[in-house]
Amino acid sequence: MKRTLIALVDDKPGVLNRVTSLFRRRSFNIESLTVGHTTQPGISRMTIVVDSTRTDSEQVAQHLCKLINVVKVEDITEQASVSHDLAMIKVKAQGGTTRSEVMQIVETFRANVVDVAQDTLIVEVTGSEEKLDSLVDVLRPFGILEMVRTGRVAMVRGNKTNEHTGGQDGNV
Amino acid sequence: MERSGAHIVWEALKQEGVQVVFGLPGGAIMHTYHPRSDYGIRHVLVRHEQGAAHAADGYARASGRVGVALVTSGPGATNLVTGIATAMMDSVPIVCITGQVATSVLGTDAFQEIDITGITLPITKHNYLVTDVDDLADTIHEGFQIARSPRPGPVLIDLPSDVQRATTQLQPAADRSLRPPYTFASAATRHVPPEAAERIDRAQRPLILAGHGILMAGAEEVLRAFSERTGIPVATTLLGKGAIDAAFPLSVGLMGMHGEAATNHAVQEADLLIAIGMRFSDRVTGTLCTYAPEAYKIHIDVDASELNKVIGVDVPIQGDAKDILAELLASVSPNAHPEWLDRIAQWKRQSHARDIVSRPVNGSLPPPHVVHAICEATQGEAIVVTDVGQNQMWAAQYFHPRGPYPFITPGGLGTMGFGLPAAIGAQIAQPEKEVWAIVGDGGFQMTVQELATVVQERLPLRIALINNGYLGMVRQWQEWFFDKRYEATRLVNPDFVRLAEAYGIRGWKAHTRDESGEAIAAARAHPGPALIEFITAQTGDEANVYPMVPPGAALHEMIRRSEHRSGAQR
Repeated sequence: MKRTLIALVDDKPGVLNRVTSLFRRRSFNIESLTVGHTTQPGISRMTIVVDSTRTDSEQVAQHLCKLINVVKVEDITEQASVSHDLAMIKVKAQGGTTRSEVMQIVETFRANVVDVAQDTLIVEVTGSEEKLDSLVDVLRPFGILEMVRTGRVAMVRGNKTNEHTGGQDGNV
Repeated sequence: MERSGAHIVWEALKQEGVQVVFGLPGGAIMHTYHPRSDYGIRHVLVRHEQGAAHAADGYARASGRVGVALVTSGPGATNLVTGIATAMMDSVPIVCITGQVATSVLGTDAFQEIDITGITLPITKHNYLVTDVDDLADTIHEGFQIARSPRPGPVLIDLPSDVQRATTQLQPAADRSLRPPYTFASAATRHVPPEAAERIDRAQRPLILAGHGILMAGAEEVLRAFSERTGIPVATTLLGKGAIDAAFPLSVGLMGMHGEAATNHAVQEADLLIAIGMRFSDRVTGTLCTYAPEAYKIHIDVDASELNKVIGVDVPIQGDAKDILAELLASVSPNAHPEWLDRIAQWKRQSHARDIVSRPVNGSLPPPHVVHAICEATQGEAIVVTDVGQNQMWAAQYFHPRGPYPFITPGGLGTMGFGLPAAIGAQIAQPEKEVWAIVGDGGFQMTVQELATVVQERLPLRIALINNGYLGMVRQWQEWFFDKRYEATRLVNPDFVRLAEAYGIRGWKAHTRDESGEAIAAARAHPGPALIEFITAQTGDEANVYPMVPPGAALHEMIRRSEHRSGAQR
């Protein structure tokens, strides 16, 4: 089972290195890790996905908490949340028929075409990992030249926020 | 008032209560060294930076204060690595300050530049590269707080030479409270759940496993009270030695690979284990799949990441050993376990029959006797610092420190060369107390140059060198598990007494039990540093550490010494 952890960390040089070095030396198997800014200056947010059949996610969380630059760690797997991945897919689209077929698929998946060239399109899509996987499957016969995915980012639904750094509970 | 980074370092150290620093100067730290004598902080000059880290470690373990090492950049910094890793594994608070090349040339492979914060990232609790003199004081104070807060450990502060030279008007912040560590919501409770107390009251064959955490939390008294109230016997880990007095009736001794047979049998037959401030190291458990199969397990540790790390437990409790034990004490009923204690006593009697120290004198000098004789002579009122290998295990088995005398040993990392420099730190921390370094001929030679430090600092340190002419523990494994092929373990040694005398240290040699007793008495009466070289058996039954849980075996499947004088019994 995949478990999703959210970690708030100091936005300082070397903090990502501290986190990844921890995963490496403890042999923690991580499916994906994303980092970005939050609304709070000096605080970054990581979304970490752990395959719990291979790595105990509680051990990951407990070891993360020991890093001085980690402010807070939560496991949001059991909570109602929105979990999205973003992908950009460069696909071959030569000739009018092929191109319109690809465009139709893009529309069905509520994806966007963000670059159009003579022989290729870049398709951008966000959504669950399953949705992205199935779009990739459908596009594969046309010829995928390149793909980049961000890995999962997640946010709990409703009033609760995970961005509070002060106390143990983040209800607003 | 404008002050330089160098002055800020010493001011901050003084404010942290630092009385002594272990170090060795070099190019990138000279600015910091320069004003030292203005601040009245003692400096102990080691002969190799590894010695500085180990001495800071020994100082910390013997004093309960933070140990400090001060060295230059590049090789000075990398030479600390073994000592920092040792402190990390054993949760010892030390702060290492390293010089670094100037910030303007950082990252250019400048002379004696090394990325020491990168190198020590996995072996420090935290580390810093200070690039602005305005951050320096706060960084040092924060580093000390991190080093000593639970669970303690090493901190490294890397200090570029221009930051040491730079000046600032800025006063350090008045409020230096650390952001409290985040507590991850987990299966572990932070209090004693009712089912734990119930289990304790109901248990027939309960056992307490006391670790280093008891000593770090100062929980010795409450542990004893809990054991007395519940009638539950107490076993200790290697680093937990001293958590309970060896003479206490419910103390059953050391557990693990070279632990007492009675203790290991008790672990394996227990129906309840209460593990406090210990981490189920592989040297304590034997194979995990056969470990304490019948026991309901309660595990108390201040570090939540230790709970359910290597073995799944029934009740994980995160908290300070002293607080949780006080809670436990209040929630259990008075009890006694005479049958269980009888069973343990029976195992103990069997061990006594096999004990080499109980055998008649035959002209040889069994190494356990050396430690036993030091323990008898000092009545356990000495700080013992061990090296690693057979000497360490014999010291652990036969030296029983009394009350406040710490037993100092590099348990987790198993660092050969630790003994002498750590004993220097311990003697400096406790100048009035008798300190014995118990070392082997292999490990002693890894840091032997620190004999010069002993003399320069006029330390009355006693060194018991057990010389069996081999890397003894490896030789023992070769004898038992590697077809008696003694590959690369034979040592051609110097005359250690003459070596000691060359340094100005009084030396004795002992070949028999009688000579050993005389030498110990003479060394204790001698006012200065002393070294005794004990010449012991190189091979055979007397040269091996018993009992031993072979690697990959269950905890109760020990190789025992035979009850008679014939060779080893498998």
